Amino acid sequence: METYEVIVIGGGPAGLAAAVSAREHGIDRVLILERDKELGGILNQCIHNGFGLQIFKEELTGPEYAKRFIDKVEELKIEYKLNTMVLNISEGKVVTAVNRDDGLFELQAKAVILAMGCRERSRGALNIPGYRPAGIFSAGTAQRLVNIENYMPGNEVVILGSGDIGLIMARRMTLEGAKVKVVAELLPYSGGLKRNIVQCLNDYDIPLKLSHTVVDIHGKERISGVTIARVDDKGKPIKSTEEYYSCDTLMLSVGLIPENELSREMGVDINPVTNGPRVNESLETSVEGVFACGNVLHVHDLVDYATLEAQNAGRNAAEYVNKYNDNSSKAVDGAEINIIAKNGIRYTVPEKININRMDESVIVRFRVTDIFKNAYVVVFLDGERIIRKKRLIMVPSEMEEIRLEKAKLAAHDQLRTVTIEVEKE
Amino acid sequence: MEIKEVICISCPLGCVVKVEIDDGGIKNITGYSCKRGITYAQKEITNPVRIVTSTIKVDGGEKPLVSVKTKQSIPKNKIFDCMDEIRRMVVKAPVEAGDIIIENVAGTGVDVVATKEVQPAFLINQ
Ligand SMILES: Cc1cc2nc3c(=O)[nH]c(=O)nc-3n(C[C@H](O)[C@H](O)[C@H](O)COP(=O)(O)OP(=O)(O)OC[C@H]3O[C@@H](n4cnc5c(N)ncnc54)[C@H](O)[C@@H]3O)c2cc1C
Ligand code: SF4
Repeated sequence: METYEVIVIGGGPAGLAAAVSAREHGIDRVLILERDKELGGILNQCIHNGFGLQIFKEELTGPEYAKRFIDKVEELKIEYKLNTMVLNISEGKVVTAVNRDDGLFELQAKAVILAMGCRERSRGALNIPGYRPAGIFSAGTAQRLVNIENYMPGNEVVILGSGDIGLIMARRMTLEGAKVKVVAELLPYSGGLKRNIVQCLNDYDIPLKLSHTVVDIHGKERISGVTIARVDDKGKPIKSTEEYYSCDTLMLSVGLIPENELSREMGVDINPVTNGPRVNESLETSVEGVFACGNVLHVHDLVDYATLEAQNAGRNAAEYVNKYNDNSSKAVDGAEINIIAKNGIRYTVPEKININRMDESVIVRFRVTDIFKNAYVVVFLDGERIIRKKRLIMVPSEMEEIRLEKAKLAAHDQLRTVTIEVEKE
Repeated sequence: MEIKEVICISCPLGCVVKVEIDDGGIKNITGYSCKRGITYAQKEITNPVRIVTSTIKVDGGEKPLVSVKTKQSIPKNKIFDCMDEIRRMVVKAPVEAGDIIIENVAGTGVDVVATKEVQPAFLINQ
């Protein structure tokens, strides 16, 4: 069986950055497996700009951002296989994949980096019994149709859910001549970035109805309209607020889910909150030598953070392989300390830290459960508060981060848990 | 006198900044929580601009479309004129990222450039 030192599953921005970083940290045999016909992942259909502000200090479109990393992969002569679907990864890191040229094949990896991205939540979100006429698309599918396949899904559009893809598509459809009538969001706040609300909806006078949902779909073969109603604070539609909108297209933009079938099958522990693998400070999953980064780990709103995370995963995978090659003991002294998300923090990545293995500092990324204004992010080592940082605002749609210093953790005697929570003023 | 509302997007707080305007221009700005809100609101009122991104049809390419953007931002009120030209345009493959596809779009002085490459179809089939 052919052997690679690092096999990266998925050639999106996370997979590309991870592969480049593994190579730059001394790994020769790196392979990227991508099921699509080109590298770049979701960025290929994200033709709008707004990528790369953090890393490149300029606003790039999705394809331009992807190209910077694809060029790097080419320059470093990193191997990749396109049109190649990974079917299985065994606990012993045998990767089974299939493509037209090679058929079904197996490769042995020393380390695996999971970078499969995420998929869209779909119709399950439409809590309406009964028949589904044509004309209902997930926003991501519509984006692919319009931006890559040159196919317009329809002319009169209603969008359910205010995730970023839906907002971006509201503008895109408008620019292509369609009429976007309304965006309905079940929650009392938007799931998308403020910038997208302003530049995709307000710029084109598209109304955003918060605390609203679709309660009925009309039309036999093709959708002809929807009924939208306000919901009460328990999410139940209020009959007297029903409103009819005629439309030939309903787009669903109700969130993304990390794509972890492969991870689950190989026995990787999954966090039910993120739907992504549980990882330690090295972004290593519960299976030794298997790392995760990007949207497969937790949904990112900014690609820059997915890239930074992936570079980290690539470096850690390289370190793992180098140790493996040296036959040196992989065991590291010291227990893993749990990071606990509490009171207003929905989850953290990573969830575990080994002080002896961590760098001088580790960035913990997290999301909050609600909108918090003038609140504090506080960090406790067991009972002792070591960080209290004020944030003007934190919203569930934007990822937050906080840095933990090794020196502080090490100074705490017999540390057992790190707790992160939101403290209101 | 007129009052216009601008939502500042410089940070997630999203302050609703109120701008008082009369014939002489901006008279007063309120509602911001930090200085960035003032700069943002001034720009949005006096000269709102946007980068426009879209796709243009490709003739003889491996893909039917190439993604494009305005190389610089253009006045907001020119967006639909810009789109009219973009939607009428067809280019021949090959296209390289950075190629100018439309010069001086809608008289803005700004070019529309490709953001991705598209190879000719036959190269792929070989
Ligand atoms: C519509 C939309 C708009 C966005 N807008 C912005 C923005 O304006 N600014 C910004 O910074 N960020 C934006 N983002 C976020 C950014 O695009 C993501 O954070 C980033 O793409 C995540 O990268 P990834 O590599 O983890 O996942 P992906 O890009 O999804 O890549 C995963 C890759 O893995 C492949 N794959 C999956 N399973 C397998 C398998 N079994 N075998 C082989 N290959 C497999 C897939 O084909 C895919 O190519 C947006 C995202 C979306 C969806
Ligand atoms: S005015 Fe300042 S605080 Fe308010 S949204 Fe703009 S940048 Fe944020």
